Amino acid sequence: MTHARSIWNNGVKTGIIGGVAVLIISLVGMVVSFNRRDIIFEFIAMGHTLLLMTGILIGYTAAKKTTATTTMVKCFNAVVASLVTFSFLALLVIIGNAVNLRAILVNASPMLYKALTLGHHDSAAGIFIILGIGLLCGICAAVLYSVPTAVRRITITALCSVVIAGVLQDLLRPVLLAWGPMSVISDFLFAGNGLTAAGALTVILVIAGIMTVWNFKGDDVKENYQHFSGGTQRGIKIGAFVLLACVLLILPQIVGLFLSEVLTIVGLYVLLGLGLNIVVGYAGLLDLGYVAFFAIGSYVTAILTSPELGFFALNFWQALPFAVLVGICFGVLLGIPVLKMRGDYLAIATLGFGEIIRILVLSDALRPWLGGAQGINKIGKPSLMGYEFSQPQEIYYFILAGCLLVVFISMRLKDSRLGRAWMAMREDEDVAQAMGINLVATKLLAFASGAGFSALSGAIFSAKIGSVYPHSFSVFISINIICLIIVGGMGSIPGVIVGAAALVGLPELLREFADYRMFVYGAALVAMMLLRPEGLWPDVRHKMELHKDESVAEEPQVSTAT
Amino acid sequence: MSAILVTNKMTKRFGGLVAVDSLDISIEENSIHSVIGPNGAGKTTLFNCITGFYKPEEGAIQFGQNSLVGKLPDRIVKLGIARTYQNIRLFPNLTAKENILVGGHSHLKSGLFGAVLGLPRTRREEKEASDGALKLLDFINLTGKGEFLAKNFPYGEQRRLEIARALASRPKILLLDEPTAGMNPSETQAMCDFIEHLRDELGITIILIEHQMRVVMGISETITVLDYGKKIAEGNPDEIKSNATVIEAYLGKGSAAEAH
Amino acid sequence: MFQRWKDSITPTDIVMWMIGGSMLLMIVWGSVATLVEGKYTGRHWVDFVIFGLAQGSIYALIATGYTMVYGVLRMINFAHGEVFMSGPFTAYYAAAAMYRTDFLDNHPFMALMVIFLVAMSVSTTIAFFLEKVAYRPLRGAPRLIPLITAIGASFFLQYLFRGLYGSGVQAYPVIKVLEGQWMIFGIRILKFQVVVILAAILLMVGLYSFIMLTRVGKAIRAVSEDKEASALMGINVDGMISTTFVIGGMAAGAAGVLYALMFKQVHFFMGFIPGIKAFTAAVLGGIGNIPGAMLGGIFLGLIESVGPSLFLDGLGIPAPYQLKDAIAFTMLVLVLIFRPTGIMGERLAVKKA
Repeated sequence: MTHARSIWNNGVKTGIIGGVAVLIISLVGMVVSFNRRDIIFEFIAMGHTLLLMTGILIGYTAAKKTTATTTMVKCFNAVVASLVTFSFLALLVIIGNAVNLRAILVNASPMLYKALTLGHHDSAAGIFIILGIGLLCGICAAVLYSVPTAVRRITITALCSVVIAGVLQDLLRPVLLAWGPMSVISDFLFAGNGLTAAGALTVILVIAGIMTVWNFKGDDVKENYQHFSGGTQRGIKIGAFVLLACVLLILPQIVGLFLSEVLTIVGLYVLLGLGLNIVVGYAGLLDLGYVAFFAIGSYVTAILTSPELGFFALNFWQALPFAVLVGICFGVLLGIPVLKMRGDYLAIATLGFGEIIRILVLSDALRPWLGGAQGINKIGKPSLMGYEFSQPQEIYYFILAGCLLVVFISMRLKDSRLGRAWMAMREDEDVAQAMGINLVATKLLAFASGAGFSALSGAIFSAKIGSVYPHSFSVFISINIICLIIVGGMGSIPGVIVGAAALVGLPELLREFADYRMFVYGAALVAMMLLRPEGLWPDVRHKMELHKDESVAEEPQVSTAT
Repeated sequence: MSAILVTNKMTKRFGGLVAVDSLDISIEENSIHSVIGPNGAGKTTLFNCITGFYKPEEGAIQFGQNSLVGKLPDRIVKLGIARTYQNIRLFPNLTAKENILVGGHSHLKSGLFGAVLGLPRTRREEKEASDGALKLLDFINLTGKGEFLAKNFPYGEQRRLEIARALASRPKILLLDEPTAGMNPSETQAMCDFIEHLRDELGITIILIEHQMRVVMGISETITVLDYGKKIAEGNPDEIKSNATVIEAYLGKGSAAEAH
Repeated sequence: MFQRWKDSITPTDIVMWMIGGSMLLMIVWGSVATLVEGKYTGRHWVDFVIFGLAQGSIYALIATGYTMVYGVLRMINFAHGEVFMSGPFTAYYAAAAMYRTDFLDNHPFMALMVIFLVAMSVSTTIAFFLEKVAYRPLRGAPRLIPLITAIGASFFLQYLFRGLYGSGVQAYPVIKVLEGQWMIFGIRILKFQVVVILAAILLMVGLYSFIMLTRVGKAIRAVSEDKEASALMGINVDGMISTTFVIGGMAAGAAGVLYALMFKQVHFFMGFIPGIKAFTAAVLGGIGNIPGAMLGGIFLGLIESVGPSLFLDGLGIPAPYQLKDAIAFTMLVLVLIFRPTGIMGERLAVKKA
């Protein structure tokens, strides 16, 4: 008895965790609302895919975690785990049919039960369908676990590509449709609100093919690259850069209005993220009030350019330096009081500053100058040689220029005396000071440069929208930016871009699921800290920094004997 | 020879505890001066006072023409006093080379704009600093390891790297806090040779906190013995060895002197 | 660090004194102006004070959770506001069910007990699992990491409850016995305010005596002093940390019900601002210090309630109540700047090597 229990103990435990996860996914309404979009048209919907992926992941984790030596036991555990996971859903349907859960849980609707049981929610068959799917997931997980690593990697990548292609259909389709001959591909791949079956199959085969070839030849290619002379390598890199630049330049022309809009938003966040990256990533100062400087940049631009208030009537370019300058001044001003604070206290104090500024802007007290809750409208648009940037496609170039500038500055700073001082301060403030670093000046420079970038983004933001409202500057923006830096990888410039694309771009593309944005953010942040604190694209140097065990292992044993 | 660093009736208190009690020390230029004493005798507190981490309540610290009392650590390192720590405090996630470059911070001048604009002056300065750092890496036998993260070095190399970081600030006085702690005999010997080498080749005055009597007796010219924040003896190794008060401080009060 | 800074007066100190001084000047100026103007009668002030006390005692209850967690883990449990929200939000459904069946009107005391029980058990469960899932694996990690995790957990919980219970504002059923007023010492006080204050005081006394008098309380205090030493003394450190979260969760759940009784509504976002306010209260009282957190909470409640009328109105600022939160945040920032060890002055701030 005890022996039998210990065999599937792990599977049950993991299964319960998975069960809670799928219950949450179902009950917050993700399944039903995600089902509105198909991954493969009229074959499998997004919500179902999410459940299946969770089930397989849980099964796989159970197999991996089981300490038993035989593959049989591990596979058995995978099946048990997936089955337990899905039995939670079966239980939900049974309870849901008996009691009206909807009085409390708004998403426990018949639609959910229908989605979970593939339409058979009012008969016993539904329960068996759910359990059957669980079994299927378990078997998939077991199979995935038992096959050789190469095969597993290829399969997973290929299947994930299909999911990604389905999720990103709004991105892929307009791109493919932009050019006549390519629209054939689009028609072949996509139909309705998902991929076609043939399209999905093609994606799987193509990706699997590429992966297989790379598996056998990848090392050769890498080796060849290593053998190239320094000049050739440099040439290849420059070529890649030129290609990237061309893509970035023509992008808004192909992708259309909606995607250009998304790109501008992502760009804006990249701009913001790079600024905060200096403060948080380089200097290690967790600033939760970063949005304040964004607001200051926007409002200064608005006050200086909007005819509505009638104080000034500058054009955008005249206002821009003022916006940045005022932002920097506030960066220093708000930086001075928090100079002595560290870590948590700094975070909370800056959060307080951010909120104070927002409340002040919102208040009636400052209404004559800042417009109160109604905000300020009619902000001047930037124009260059008589050409006005007003369409998203035009603003895009403007933001792109800003991003490139800030990337350039960030890169230059990173390998400078100042950048090193920031990083030294992040590592150990006292020792940094003992190395001759003036903490006051160095910290204030970090706050000031971050604030400057933020104010610059604010100015661009106000020009893009044409109006500013206090509600655009809630603490969530700060949290968003922190998230994207962390998810991307603290201190890493490409990380910021990846983070912005993943945390800002993706939700914009999946706007119909906006309700789950913060939910997924929160979960992603926690998961990231637990599983991969260094981020998706870590700074090369950072790769091992945040794993505590490694640094502890290196800690020398200091003898304290007298 | 003349005194390069002098403390005069220096006192540091923590609440009711007097960590350093009216201490007079005079460090000769270009000497190796050891400070020894039982645990809690106030040795590290003395270091912290000299380097500006603590401000002594009373007394003076004179370094050449400059008074050090009340100066912040970053000013003091600029004057030419550098230190290492008892429990190594490198910047763990910076590379070895970056650690050394940070050490040289106060001798570089470029600021925000120089870095962003890539001014020729800044570039030249960076180039020189980088060359200097590589030279220091050679000096501590870590040639070619400049790009490794500091935390990935073995213990002995971390100790040397910490000293190299201190050297990068081109100090006149180097304060070493237990540089041989946790080292085996052969590593200890190598460290002793290294310290003598620093003094002989670079002409740096060395103040050393050390517990291993073999090291202290082997390389110091002068030894100051502290107990409860007070100086109980001072002299050359032979004098200290035979000093009754010292022996009492170590043995009489049951300290772990037998270990050495 | 602070010692060193204090010793050498730098330009930044002068700037900070100027900020502090001008704040003080504004407060005094505004208060005098308001009192001279005489816009508010004594009656008004009494109302403000009692409202402030009620609000403050809720902050105080939440703040104990922050302060205890900070004591044992040295981290700010940013998600504590959500622990606070989860209880009353769930208990709303119990309350609504009892309201529909008239149980609430017929047995108000029993019904209140049920509401408290549901709220406290939900908050406690959330707090327990929060620690177990999100914080425990990160013990010993660099300080930034648990803080970021806590922020993530905070948003996850907020939107989890939004997803489960919907995004609407739910009106808490009215408990008839708590409506109306009592005359106490010739002062008319709203009944529910009295109940809130009394319940909060009762809970705080209970909590404090638990921490001070029981074995478990002693163990928790030992863990906040020194984890390693406590482990060597045979104290189950993990268990005590869990217990701390559980106690904090219970206090937060109870505070949540009191909050719901006072404002008669619940929604998924209700924990965020009180959470930050309670943190402010904990800092005010010196974080890690339980009686300090309680006093800090009451002080903050009073300032928030009296402050806008007292010193903002006199300065001629229109709609001063809009700036209520700004006062709280300003307090937070000022305390962090000038007295990071809190008004109670216990030295639990970051130790320096």
